[in-house]
Amino acid sequence: MRLSFPQLLARIGFSALAAIIGILFALPLIWFIFAPFNARAELGIAIPDPWTLQNFLTVFGNGFAMRGLLNSLIQSVGGVILVAAAATLAAYALSRSSIPGKSIVTYVLLLFSSVVSGTAAMVPIFLIVSSVGLMDTHIAVILVFAGGLLPTAMFILRDFIDGIPKTYEESAMVAGASPVQAFFDVALPVIRPGIVVVVVWAFVNIWGSFLIPFILLRSDDLMPSSVAIYSFYSEAGTPIVTLLAAYSLIYSLPVVALYLFVSWKFGFRFFGGIKA
Amino acid sequence: MSNRLRALYLGLATATTMITPAFAVDLTVICRCVVGGVNSETATWIKDSVIPGFTAKMKAEGKDVTVSLNEFGGKDEQMTQQLALDFSTGAGADVAAFDGFLIPSFVEGGLLKPLDEVAGADVNSWEGWSHISEGAKSLMSYGGKAYGLALGTDVRAIFVRKELLKSAGLDPDAFQPKSWAELLDAARAIKKANPDSFPLQLNAGVNMGEATTMQGYYMAILGTGESVVDENGKYIVASQGILDTLNLYKTIYVDEQLGDQRAQLLGDGRNRTFTNFRDGKTALLVEGDWFFNSVMAPGAEFGLENRDAEVTWASMPAQEPGKGYRGQDYVTVSGGTGFVLNPATKNPAEAWALLSYMNSQESLTAFQGFREARRIRDDVATPNNVYLQKTQESLLPLTTARPNDPNYNKVSAEIQRMTESVVSGEASPADAMAAYKAAVIAIVGEANTVSKL
Amino acid sequence: MTKKRNFSLLSHRAGAAFLAPAAALVGVFVLLPFFWVIFVSFTNRTLLGKTALSPDFVGLQNYFQLFDPATFFTRGQFGFSLILTTQFVLLSALVGQALLGLLLAWLMQTIPPALKRIVETAVIAAWILPEVVIGFAWFAFLDYDNGTLNMILRGLGLPAGDFLLQQPFWVIVIFNTWRGAAFSMMLFNSAFASIPPSYFQAADVAGASSWQKFRDIGLPLIRGHVVTDLILITMWTFNVFTPFILTNGGPSYRTELLSIYNYRIAFREFDFGKGAAVGVIIMLINLIFALIYLSFGRKKAKAVEE
Repeated sequence: MRLSFPQLLARIGFSALAAIIGILFALPLIWFIFAPFNARAELGIAIPDPWTLQNFLTVFGNGFAMRGLLNSLIQSVGGVILVAAAATLAAYALSRSSIPGKSIVTYVLLLFSSVVSGTAAMVPIFLIVSSVGLMDTHIAVILVFAGGLLPTAMFILRDFIDGIPKTYEESAMVAGASPVQAFFDVALPVIRPGIVVVVVWAFVNIWGSFLIPFILLRSDDLMPSSVAIYSFYSEAGTPIVTLLAAYSLIYSLPVVALYLFVSWKFGFRFFGGIKA
Repeated sequence: MSNRLRALYLGLATATTMITPAFAVDLTVICRCVVGGVNSETATWIKDSVIPGFTAKMKAEGKDVTVSLNEFGGKDEQMTQQLALDFSTGAGADVAAFDGFLIPSFVEGGLLKPLDEVAGADVNSWEGWSHISEGAKSLMSYGGKAYGLALGTDVRAIFVRKELLKSAGLDPDAFQPKSWAELLDAARAIKKANPDSFPLQLNAGVNMGEATTMQGYYMAILGTGESVVDENGKYIVASQGILDTLNLYKTIYVDEQLGDQRAQLLGDGRNRTFTNFRDGKTALLVEGDWFFNSVMAPGAEFGLENRDAEVTWASMPAQEPGKGYRGQDYVTVSGGTGFVLNPATKNPAEAWALLSYMNSQESLTAFQGFREARRIRDDVATPNNVYLQKTQESLLPLTTARPNDPNYNKVSAEIQRMTESVVSGEASPADAMAAYKAAVIAIVGEANTVSKL
Repeated sequence: MTKKRNFSLLSHRAGAAFLAPAAALVGVFVLLPFFWVIFVSFTNRTLLGKTALSPDFVGLQNYFQLFDPATFFTRGQFGFSLILTTQFVLLSALVGQALLGLLLAWLMQTIPPALKRIVETAVIAAWILPEVVIGFAWFAFLDYDNGTLNMILRGLGLPAGDFLLQQPFWVIVIFNTWRGAAFSMMLFNSAFASIPPSYFQAADVAGASSWQKFRDIGLPLIRGHVVTDLILITMWTFNVFTPFILTNGGPSYRTELLSIYNYRIAFREFDFGKGAAVGVIIMLINLIFALIYLSFGRKKAKAVEE
C-alpha cells in the first residue's frame, strides 16, 4: 500500500518517538555493558582501558556465588514447572467447567495472594514450612513460590483460555475424544502461547526474588544468586563495583536467554482480556 | 503452630537425629562473616583456627565433633530476623553471632536462655569467668544472667586526618579539643582552609542505624552530662541536653555545612563518610575501634596505606570541661558483640564447649592475629597497637553502655529519626524533640519517661 | 454479555481433578497464611519482647492505631505511606506503566520491524532483569558525582541533579514506570494484534488519522485487556518493594511506600500484629481498585453495545 505524505510523516514521527523511548529505557543499563570489563570501579560510564576479563575470573572463583546460579536454576525451573502445570490445569477447569462460583474464584485468590506476597505473610509461611520439616530445602522454596504465583498465573491463563473458542475441543469431542484427551491433544497446543507467558513471568519472578529463599534457607550451598550476590558487597556493605557488575551480567544472562529463546521459538504474546 | 504440627515436626526431628550415630556430633556456627567478604577476619579465624583447634581438642577427649561455619552474607538486621525466626521454632545454628544490645528483647521474647540453663553446670565452672570483668560480662547479659560471651568491646573517639589539620595551621599531635566550641572552631578553620571539605563527621540519620545512636547521638548527649536514660533507667524525652545535642547537629550540618549533609541522608551514607575520610575530605570523624582497626586498615577498602602516620585520634570532649556525663571532661560509650547459644541446641554440652573454646585464652589470642581488638579476657594481651593501648588507658575508664532494656531497640530508632529530621533541615531541634517525646512515650509508656524541662 | 450455551466441556469430577494441584498449593501457601494474617491483625503479637510469648487479643486496636488522627499524616506513619502509595500507584502504574505501555504498543503497530525489535528489547530488558541488578544499575545511573544521568545533563550544559535526595518520590515513580511498562506493552501488543487487520484497513481507506483509529477502533476493542492490565499492575505496584533498593524508603521516609512501611513494622520492629493489619488494609484497597476497574469495563461495554 502506498502511503500518503501525511501518513509517511506520521510514520517517521512515530519511529522517532519510539526510538527516543527506546533510548531512554536503555540508558540506565548501558553502564552494565562496560563496568564488568573495567579493572577500576566506576559508577560512571567509562570505556574500559584496557578491557579485562579479570573480574569474571574472580567471580568464577567464588564458589558460593557460582553455586548460587545453579541453585537459582533449580528453584526457578522447579517453581516454573509446578506453576505452569497447576495453573494450566486449574485455569482450564475454571474456564471450561461449570463449577459453581468459578467466575469469582480467580479474583478472590488474586486479592488473597496480594496479602500473601507482602512481607506480613512471611512469618506464617516460615511457620508452615518449619512445622512440616521442610526448612532449608529447595522443595520448600519451590512450593512456596508455586503457591504464591499461582493465583496470578491462573488469572492470566484463564483470561487467555476464555479467549479461545470452545469449538476446537467441541469438534474433537464430536469426533469421539474424551474431555481429558481433548484437553491434552487439542486445547493444550492452542493454550501454549499463554503458558509460555506464564513460564517467562514466573521464571523472572523466582529468579530475582530475595525474601522467600532468604527466609526459608539456611545452608550456604542452597542459597540462590539473589542472596549470593551480597557476597560481592564488602564488609562495610558497599558493593565491590567491578565484581558486582560482572556477576550481575552473568546472573542476568539466563533470563535474557530465556526471553530470547521464547520469543524466537513461540513468539511472546498474550491473548484474552477480561470479558467485560 | 498447632500442637499437632509441632508433634509432627518433633517426630521428624527425632527421626533425623536417630539416623546419626550417637557418638558423632555435628555443630553449626553462624556469623555475619564470609571469607573474602563481610567480617572476613572472623570467618577466617573460625575456619582456620577455632574449628581445627576445637575438633582436635574434642578428639583428645574421645569425642567426634564436626563443626561447620554458616557464613551469613546479608545485612545485620536480616541476620537478626533469621535468628529470631529460628529461635522461635527451635531451629537454627547451635552457636550464633549476636549483638549484645539485642539480648534483652530476645530474652523477653523467650528466644534466649541463660548459658547455664542451656548447658548446665559446666558453664559455671568455666575457667574463663575469672578472667572476664563484670563490665565485659554485662555486654551479653540481662537481669544479671549471662546469655552469651562477647568477643571484645570497644570505645569511641574522634579520628583525625593529620595533614588536614596542618593545612588549617593546627598541630595534629597536640590536638585535643576541650569543649564542643573548640571542636567546632577546629572544623571551621579546616573548612576555611579547604572550602570543599566536610571537616567534621558526627553520625546522624535513619540509614546509619545503630551507628547513628552510638557514634553520633550518644557521643554528643554524654557531653551534656545526660544520657539516653536517667539514673533510674527512665528514658529522658525532653531536656536541655537533647536540645543542645540537636543544636550541635544543626550547627554541623545545616547552619555551617561543616559536615556532609548528604551522607547522613543517603542509603549508603556511612560508607560515604568512610570515603570522605579516606580521600581527605573529612578531617574529624567520630567512630569506634572497628573504624581504626578494620575499616582504615592498610589494604582494606577504605584503608590508608600509611594509616599510622596519617591518622591520629582525640577524645570526644564534653560540651564544656567537666560538664560531661558523671562530671567527666571527655566521654565515650562501649558496645560489644559476641556469640550466644541456641536455647534449642540438640548438643548443649558440645555447643558450650565450642563457645568456651572460642573464648579461651588460646583462641582469643589467635584471633588477635586476624583482627586486632580489645578482647574481654584479661589474660589476652592487647596487641602491639598504639591506638588500642593508649585508649585502653584514656577512654576505657570513662566509658558507659547502652540501657539493658528490651525497648531500647525501638527508642534507638526514634533517636535516629530525631537526628535525621534536624540534619535534613526539616525540623527545628525543639520540634524534633517534641516528636521524639511523643514517640518514646508511645513505646515505653509515660511512666517510664522523664522530662527535664 | 450473553451466554451462548450452558454446555460445559469438563464434568465436575474432571474439573475438580484439574483444580486439585492448584487448590492444594494455594490452600497451604496462600489461604493458610492469609487467614493467619487476618487473625494476627487482631492481636498484639510481636517476635521479640514480652508480647512474643503471650500475645493478647486486642480487637481492632491495631487498626485504630494505624488510623490515629494525631499521627496519621506524620511522615513515617501509616497515613503518610498510604497517601504516598496511592499517588505512587496512580502516577507510576496507571499514568506511567499503563499509558506508556499503551503508547508503545500502538507505536509498535506502525514502526519498521527492525526498530520495533530494538525498542522492545530495551523495554523488556527493564522488566526481566533481576531486582538487585536493576537496583544497582539505577544507583549507578543516578549517582550525583559520576552517574550517567548527570554526565549527560552536564554534557548538555544543564545543571546536575541530586535526584535521590531532592526528588526521591519522582525517582521511584519514574523508576517503577521504567521497570514495569513492558508488561502493559506486551499485553496491549497482543491485544492490538488480535484485532482483525481489515478494521484498520477500512479506516485507512476512509482516511482516518492514527489517533482516530486508536480512539474509535483500537481502544474500544481492547477494553477487556485494559481492565486485566489495570487490575494486575495496580496490585503489583501496591506491593512493589524494589524502590527500597534505591532509597531505603528515605530520605526521612519520603519514599516509604506501604510495602516498605510494612517491612519496617513487621521485620525491623517485629510488630507482627500491626504489620498484619497493614497487609489487610492493602488488600481492601486493592479490592476497591479492582471493583472500580470492573464496573468501568462493564459500563463501557454496555455503551459500545448500544
